[in-house]
Amino acid sequence: MGAFMFVDTKTQRRASARAAPGPRRFRLGESRGAMGLLFMLPAAAVLLLFLAYPLGLGVWLGMTDTRVGRAGQYIGIENYEMLWTDSVFWTSVFNTLLYTVVASIAKFALGLWLALLLNRHLPFKAFLRAIVLLPWIVPTALSAIAFWWIYDSQFSIISWSLTRLGLIEHNINFLGDPAWARASVIIANVWRGIPFVAITLLAGLQTIPPSLYEAATIDGATPWQRFRYVTFPMLTPIIAVVMTFSVLFTFTDFQLIYVLTRGGPLNATHLMATLSFQRAIPGGNLGEGAAIAVTMIPFLLSAILFSYFGLQRRRWQHGGND
Amino acid sequence: MASVDIRQVRKAFGTFEVIHGIDVDIGDEEFVVLVGPSGCGKSTLLRMIAGLEPISGGEIAIGGRVVNMVPPKERDIAMVFQNYALYPHMTVFDNMAFSLKLRHAERSVIEQRVRQAADILDLTKYLDRYPRQLSGGQRQRVAMGRAIVRDPQVFLFDEPLSNLDAKLRVQMRTEIKALHQRLRTTSIYVTHDQIEAMTMADKIVVMHDGHVEQVGTPLELYDRPVNLFVAGFIGSPAMNFFEGRLRRDGDRAWVEAKGDLVMPAPPGVRGNDGQSVVYGIRPGHLRLASDAEQGLPAEVEVVEPTGDNTLVFCRLGDAVACAATTERFPLRPGERLRLVPQVENGHVFDAATGVRL
Repeated sequence: MGAFMFVDTKTQRRASARAAPGPRRFRLGESRGAMGLLFMLPAAAVLLLFLAYPLGLGVWLGMTDTRVGRAGQYIGIENYEMLWTDSVFWTSVFNTLLYTVVASIAKFALGLWLALLLNRHLPFKAFLRAIVLLPWIVPTALSAIAFWWIYDSQFSIISWSLTRLGLIEHNINFLGDPAWARASVIIANVWRGIPFVAITLLAGLQTIPPSLYEAATIDGATPWQRFRYVTFPMLTPIIAVVMTFSVLFTFTDFQLIYVLTRGGPLNATHLMATLSFQRAIPGGNLGEGAAIAVTMIPFLLSAILFSYFGLQRRRWQHGGND
Repeated sequence: MASVDIRQVRKAFGTFEVIHGIDVDIGDEEFVVLVGPSGCGKSTLLRMIAGLEPISGGEIAIGGRVVNMVPPKERDIAMVFQNYALYPHMTVFDNMAFSLKLRHAERSVIEQRVRQAADILDLTKYLDRYPRQLSGGQRQRVAMGRAIVRDPQVFLFDEPLSNLDAKLRVQMRTEIKALHQRLRTTSIYVTHDQIEAMTMADKIVVMHDGHVEQVGTPLELYDRPVNLFVAGFIGSPAMNFFEGRLRRDGDRAWVEAKGDLVMPAPPGVRGNDGQSVVYGIRPGHLRLASDAEQGLPAEVEVVEPTGDNTLVFCRLGDAVACAATTERFPLRPGERLRLVPQVENGHVFDAATGVRL
């Protein structure tokens, strides 16, 4: 008996000595939480490094008087106080809101219309759908240059056509006149943003079973009523997603404006993003530029809140699966 | 309520004709089942009656009025779809009320009609629920409620039970039949399931490859199928077939099947001596012989007890035949026995055309 016990403990000791470095690793592998944390780390590191750090740095810079080539000092909310009385800043806020609201509504209306058209049985359907995506896949800077030509004060194809048609006598100064410039950049943005809305909504449209339309037809619905009572309500979840993204993209737009007008004429097309860049980099006032960028955060947060509520599953989406 | 007349109706998709001139008369208050294998054109025919597919040729009349060019909503029909087609974003009440709302019916009328339909279908408890919160059978009933609320002249059913499990299917089958007996609305019901057709129909239309093979009551089709296709399609387990030659000697007629089997031909069979034929007999009409009797020698291959019935699959000549018996013989594979076909329930079809002789 004693011998047995002796052998027993000896084997145990040997076994535990062999496994000595093992148990910790073993436990880590067994714990789902620890493994999860481990697998999450790379993504978390990327997010922290490239999102959280720049954001924190921006907020910090906004509270300093940093200039290019000179480390700044903490000045509290002085930058914001200055912006509060800065009419150019307020113009840019107004421009940004106007640009976002008008362009988003136009993109939604035209995108939905295009999606409904593409959802029909058309010849060359796949080809047409691919074509529609073109404005979206061309780099913004390139399409902006094309628009620059279209809007040129002397060589504009629009002015040329309208003159030939006898509708106008003088070329339209698209990018030189404040009102025209605002309209022009909005149209260019809409042109570029429609494909995203249209293709996403098209994907949503295709999830609606055809038998629902047939049932509605037999129930006596006109085409408009089928849209109003079947298509639109069933599309609302995807509309919430696509419009949130569309609003965020439009609100933070920079490239198009910078290539077309650089914010001019008379700051009529300056958006918060372009003003921030102009004050910070060419102007050298990094602190002030950062402060302008930070003022965009409340607007963007409210857009995200909108999406948070918009994206929540509606009551009819709850429950079992089909 | 109304009759539905289908006259020489054709349907072509491009140059490809799928329905080749069909004639069916559906009487007022009748429950007619269109049955056939997939691709036979039964659903297409139903959709043409509904107005969801244009008619390529011929005429469809509902209540005596030709509706070829009448839009669906003016045909006064209601349709129940295979996947129910309930509006997922509307409650059960709104689903059922939708057609009335579109017609600008009075609120009180809508309320009363929906409640009445819900009462019939036992859905009153669920009026505030959304379709996703219902079981398959309940959704099916909502789909029927939507049809009932409209009080149409004709109900159209497009394979309404095929998404349900077997037990529920049997239950809903009875419910639909009971509903028809109560409302007496002319109904046209499409299914590929011949048992559904047999159990529910006043009249069955068997379709195959865009043609009507036979129209008749369930028992007519079962007892006197006009051709091989109907004989094989109607009835479960399916009819046994034996290829052979018809023999005549005076008044006596019989079929010599391959494998030296001699089948007694039913009385009144037509056809000439030596004609190539197919002899058919249903499993229930093939009896296990008692010790003293003569019969066709067979060897048991598989025995399937279903409880009230036992299916015995036997090798009989060159073919495998199924015999159904209510008695519980202790049979084993390999066992030899003799089978006796009931003379009057045999069927003889021409081998070339498949037509009943």
